[in-house]
Amino acid sequence: MNRPSNRWRRYADWDNRPLRLDKFAAEDPKNGFSAFSSPADPKPSLTIEDGRVTMLDGVHEADFDMIDYFIARHHIDVAIAAEMMAIPSAAIARQLVDMHVQRTELVKIAHGLTPAKLAEVVSHLNALEIAFAYSKMRARNTPGNQGHVTNAKDDPLQLAADAATAVAFGFDEIETTMRVSRNAWSNAVACAVGAAVGRAGTLFQCSSEEAEELKIGMSGFSSYAETVSVYGTERAFIDGDDTPWSKAFLAAAYASRGIKMRCTSGAGSELLMGFHESKSLLYLEARCLCLQRGMGVQGTQNGGIDGAPVTATVPGGVKELMAENLLAVWLDLECASGNDARTTESEIRVGAKILPYLVAGSDLICSGFGTILKYDNSFNPSLLNGEELEDFLVLQRDFEADGGLTPVSEHRILELRRRAVEALCAVFEELQLGRPSKQMVESVVAASGSDETESYSPRDASLISQAIQDRSITVVDVIKALLRRGFREEAENLLAVVKLRVAGDYLQTSAIVRDGRVISAVNDPNTYAGPGSGYRVSEPRRREINAIRDELDQKEVLRSEALHEAAERRRIHYQARGNAFFSADAREVVIGISPAFGVKLFQTIGGHPLSAVLGVMSDAIAARGLKPRVVRFKHTADTSFLGLSAARLAGSGIGIGLQAKGTAVIHQRDRLPHNNLELFSNAPITQVEHYRQLGANAAAYALGEMPEPVVVPMRGQAMGSRYHARVAMIYAIETAMTAKDARPEEIDVKFLGRAS
Amino acid sequence: MRDKLTIKDYPLSEKRPELIAGQRGRKLGDITLDAMVSGEVQMEDLRITRQALQYQAEIARAAGRPTLAENFERGAELVDVPEDVIMQVYELLRPGRAAEKTALVEAAKVLRRDYGAAKLADFIEEAAEVYERRGLFTYRF
Repeated sequence: MNRPSNRWRRYADWDNRPLRLDKFAAEDPKNGFSAFSSPADPKPSLTIEDGRVTMLDGVHEADFDMIDYFIARHHIDVAIAAEMMAIPSAAIARQLVDMHVQRTELVKIAHGLTPAKLAEVVSHLNALEIAFAYSKMRARNTPGNQGHVTNAKDDPLQLAADAATAVAFGFDEIETTMRVSRNAWSNAVACAVGAAVGRAGTLFQCSSEEAEELKIGMSGFSSYAETVSVYGTERAFIDGDDTPWSKAFLAAAYASRGIKMRCTSGAGSELLMGFHESKSLLYLEARCLCLQRGMGVQGTQNGGIDGAPVTATVPGGVKELMAENLLAVWLDLECASGNDARTTESEIRVGAKILPYLVAGSDLICSGFGTILKYDNSFNPSLLNGEELEDFLVLQRDFEADGGLTPVSEHRILELRRRAVEALCAVFEELQLGRPSKQMVESVVAASGSDETESYSPRDASLISQAIQDRSITVVDVIKALLRRGFREEAENLLAVVKLRVAGDYLQTSAIVRDGRVISAVNDPNTYAGPGSGYRVSEPRRREINAIRDELDQKEVLRSEALHEAAERRRIHYQARGNAFFSADAREVVIGISPAFGVKLFQTIGGHPLSAVLGVMSDAIAARGLKPRVVRFKHTADTSFLGLSAARLAGSGIGIGLQAKGTAVIHQRDRLPHNNLELFSNAPITQVEHYRQLGANAAAYALGEMPEPVVVPMRGQAMGSRYHARVAMIYAIETAMTAKDARPEEIDVKFLGRAS
Repeated sequence: MRDKLTIKDYPLSEKRPELIAGQRGRKLGDITLDAMVSGEVQMEDLRITRQALQYQAEIARAAGRPTLAENFERGAELVDVPEDVIMQVYELLRPGRAAEKTALVEAAKVLRRDYGAAKLADFIEEAAEVYERRGLFTYRF
């Protein structure tokens, strides 16, 4: 005897889902695993004496650590702080979601608040309120996006092709990094050239060691930097080998070279570094953000970033990531809102994570989106990657939300990829950095990822990188090389981006370049004040977003039907014989076909020729010694009524209703219209053999038998999403051919090319 | 004395191009591909000036961003500071690089004296005070 199971096997099913690869951490504030609050978090407090902060969140001036000190001296606006700190946190929280309270007013309040107070305020909001407040508070009106461009081989040719691809899809910023750190210069040149293909204005950063990154910027290849990390505890900061002053100095250095720059912070970094002081993730991040505003950086990349995965293991962690992004924009910082490191193996959690940002909009929704395949992402896989880019495009279309990306045609992408690789080859040849073969070029242009390329290896890239560095090659040399080889448009585009640094307009908060113009929080401020205000997707932009590939329309349906028409003409011939009447012949089963059946429509949704369906049904009926008789109804296209009407004409009282799309029903004369004998409602998965069985069963009913109903096995496919657009269009063709008083028509069916 | 710039002057490259020039005085409109090919435009012409950063600081302040403005002003003071000096000072500001306070105070003095970088010098002196109080002037193994 079988032993009784000690487990409901559904758990085994659940064990096999990708979700169960995710690990979940128990809430444990003492050990740093707490999203919004911890007993160790200080109560908000602020004392100002003689215009100087002498007590910040419970810490006296004499005990200030570096971070407290920096916040007290450089963030807190002492002129207003006492007044702002006195406003109850719940009242400020309500103002954050009140469309009548202006963003500028709230920004002013934030500049007088301590980290503990800021954290306390946003802790009053639920997830929806956080998303709404984020939408209201983000600095620039027009949303944007950032993408990663890297590959597993540091292959410059692929970097160029993928940079051009990312630019084509609309990324405002692209970011690269290396598998081998010494390849930074090669990566920089490759991406700079690739990003100049197709259009001008995409900002580019090469994430590398602090000093080297600045040098690459000074050589003109990169136009922004963001891996200037800050931390919320002093010990973590020191372990990160910096201080608030060294990072602020770096910020000034970037400004002095006309290079856009933002800091990086985010929940979980202190936890991962082992110096969390038992504080909540949100409180520590509030410290990081106050620090950043005090440093005078224009923006931040936050929302977990490298710490996002560990944050997502904590209860409320994903909400915390949203809350810390809200803190950033509330403090008036540009926000590249995370959504980069992949926080989960569950596609449902991925979709849920991105949605609030997509509908709320963000300066840069992802920081970055993996524009390449997961395995090619040298930062580690992103929340969304090359594999899922089209999913994101569809989400934009679903929600009429601008995620900063635009669908591009296959043809255009291929053209741009080739152009980018050829441009880089030209630069390499002109500057004697390499002579890529035709085979290398071809392998890269069509490759989805580096597994498919026969191109440069990491070692090759190192040699190129070294040569660029040794010979002090600058962007001017690259521009000239492009021009010498006829890549004038690319040379112009590259120059346009380098020229940005002369005026420095793109150093202001939330600056990106659109259509050759710098837009930022200064000249494109978010002034949301309720429905109809703030960023709205314009009609032309809506059309761009909607233009995903392979959209179906009725013209397309008719075109595909026309392809099958000729073949059907060779297989079947329908001859109308005038009005059809009741026949008293009890051996007769009537098959009622729909108005467009074999006239405008020629195959079922499942792809079976109508001649085959009708053929097997007729054969099955005849096989029982009965007579199949085909009648076309034109007063209805509805399956049930086709079946019932057919049954009423049949001497046996049994009829089959058959729509051109393949939906079929067995009906009996005296039944209610929708109370049929058997129904095939899932035409897409109904096979020819099922139709044969349906014919056989109809015959069985006519003979007074009680057959086993035919069941078309359904395995949970989303039939509606796969087929309903086509079904609705096809059915409209049917209904358009109906006429209220049209009489049933006797049809002689002749199967051509058959012996009988 | 001229009026301070406001957000109406932004973006400078569109609204006030006459105010903008590269390091060697070349106007934005004269930085062209052709000038680059002939060798007239070099990397130096593609560098922001102290003046342009001061303008951006004024705009930032007018937009209600005083801390950003201060960063631009510190940046302005670094425009003429050579890269190797920038990297030296940055390195010195990192934890444990300076063995004692005097190294930072000296760096501040040099910036103030040789490059007119008063705000940066103050900033570095402030760091020196805090580092000392927090015990950062210790060798990290």
